[in-house]
Amino acid sequence: MRGHARHITAVCGHVLLLAFGATALFPLLLVLVNSFKDSSAVTANPLSLPTGLNFENFRQAWSYGHFQRGFINSFILTFTAVVVVLVCSSLAGYVLAGKKIRIWPAVMIYFMVSMTVPIQLFLFPLYFGFSQLHLLGNVAAVGVVIAAINMPLAVFLMRTFFLKVPKEVEEAALVDGANTFQLLRSVILPVVSPGLVTVATIVGLMAWNEFLITSTFLQGDSSMTATLGYLSMNGTFSTNQGVMMAGAVILVGPIIVIFVMLQRYFVEGFVSGSVKG
Amino acid sequence: MPATEAAASPPGRIAVRRRDTGATAGRRRARPRRRSTLTYYLLVAPAVLLSALVVVVPGVLTAVAAFTDWDGIGLKARWIGFANFSSILRDPVFTTALGNNVRWMLLFLTIPVAIGLLTALLLLTRPRSRTLYQVIFLVPYVLAPITNAILWLNIVYNPLSGVVGYANHHGLHLGEPLSGLHTAIYAVAAVDIWHFWGFLTVIYLAALRQTPVEQVEAALVEGANGWQLFRYVYLPGIKSTLQLMWVMIIIFSFLAFDYVWLMTQGGPAHATEMLSTYAYSFAFASFQFGKAAAVGLIMSLFGLISSFLYTWLSRKDLNA
Repeated sequence: MRGHARHITAVCGHVLLLAFGATALFPLLLVLVNSFKDSSAVTANPLSLPTGLNFENFRQAWSYGHFQRGFINSFILTFTAVVVVLVCSSLAGYVLAGKKIRIWPAVMIYFMVSMTVPIQLFLFPLYFGFSQLHLLGNVAAVGVVIAAINMPLAVFLMRTFFLKVPKEVEEAALVDGANTFQLLRSVILPVVSPGLVTVATIVGLMAWNEFLITSTFLQGDSSMTATLGYLSMNGTFSTNQGVMMAGAVILVGPIIVIFVMLQRYFVEGFVSGSVKG
Repeated sequence: MPATEAAASPPGRIAVRRRDTGATAGRRRARPRRRSTLTYYLLVAPAVLLSALVVVVPGVLTAVAAFTDWDGIGLKARWIGFANFSSILRDPVFTTALGNNVRWMLLFLTIPVAIGLLTALLLLTRPRSRTLYQVIFLVPYVLAPITNAILWLNIVYNPLSGVVGYANHHGLHLGEPLSGLHTAIYAVAAVDIWHFWGFLTVIYLAALRQTPVEQVEAALVEGANGWQLFRYVYLPGIKSTLQLMWVMIIIFSFLAFDYVWLMTQGGPAHATEMLSTYAYSFAFASFQFGKAAAVGLIMSLFGLISSFLYTWLSRKDLNA
């Protein structure tokens, strides 16, 4: 009897998990299915399967969404943000993990507080400053802003990775006469490189997906990121759903592939920022 | 500098130095360290300065601008005291927005937390399918708000070509969720919750997995049932993670912007207005940067309270 009851509970659990998984993926499957249909077929029944593999929607979406320029801008934005964050957060994380400066608790508290500062508290004067410096539309400069916003989280993540470096390794190198930069480059960085990948993944994702800062600071066609180009396409193209869905596939597809390949680092990045032991 | 010294000295000398007596080695080690304190400050400086330049300096300017009639275009601004605040507090749209933020908070404190906890508990006993489910649940979370919002607008909520429109034409009357004064906020929240809950599953699962195996086994030997196992073994272990997530949800609820702006821009008739969209409209639709700054300052007050809570809950990290 007891075994029977346990069996039923297990089946219920699986059904629930499948149902939640289906909820997560259902809208995305609709996107994929409808990206191959023409607009009248989408309107007739968005739930029907396509009759064939028609790539005309993708061709149109690629040119009307200005995806080529969009992807280049998104790459510049993400690359700038990731490089700036990696350099700054690994240096700061190293100092904070080793308690190398006397004011390290103050720096920690500063980053903890600045992590929760809402964007609306600094957005408006920052926008004014950008317009005065003629930086509106400068993709790399906006990448630096996104780096600064993600800095606290990155510093905390890097700090926990530096805490894993054994003290003896560092001290032996110091005794051997290595200076700080030699120590960082050839002793510590190899140990914390998984941390660097994790931070790069998380910050890269944040930069690629960012909406509030990019849509405010990157006005004008030439500076639009891939997602902003798609947003502008929604205004002019919302009557042709097939093309809109093809655009969504172009944007979503690569992200899902990268996410599945690097999922270990994504999960580690999400978790290490949020789980308190 | 130690670097040149090391480069100039043959390897043998270093090996000899290691065999020095403790006292001499200590003195030699202390010297370069004291010298490089400045270096350590320089190493931490880029992160702090960049964050200060982007977050703190404009943040302080916002606090000042909230008491002026700054239009955000020129440098001209008049000091008008609390006029921005009193006009905002008298504006019924502000009350609507604040109410919507509170409603948003209550929705997010319950629905995604319940789904996240339930799915995490289910995955805890399924080590083989765990990774696959985690990846599936996280897919909406890693996609950009722009693509998520547009795909829901077009293929689900669209009254002509979406699933909702299809249902309306075939006897299942769902109306137009995004245009209804009472349904719009739930329709937007549904999309944000759809994209968010998988994150909580992953966080809760990671916390649950930290529970010591011996405790679980001991409880099972004692004959604990599923509920008792959760209540007395798992729950105490994940309590701090649950608290931290609640604090973060409260913070995010008062800052919610992306999905609301993308799907309704605060409409229809302010039915989905949030503090963030209210402030954004002041700044970039009517060029009242002073008022926008005042709303931003009020939002930050909620953030500040939560941020004290957050710092207090994370104080363990400082002692790590």
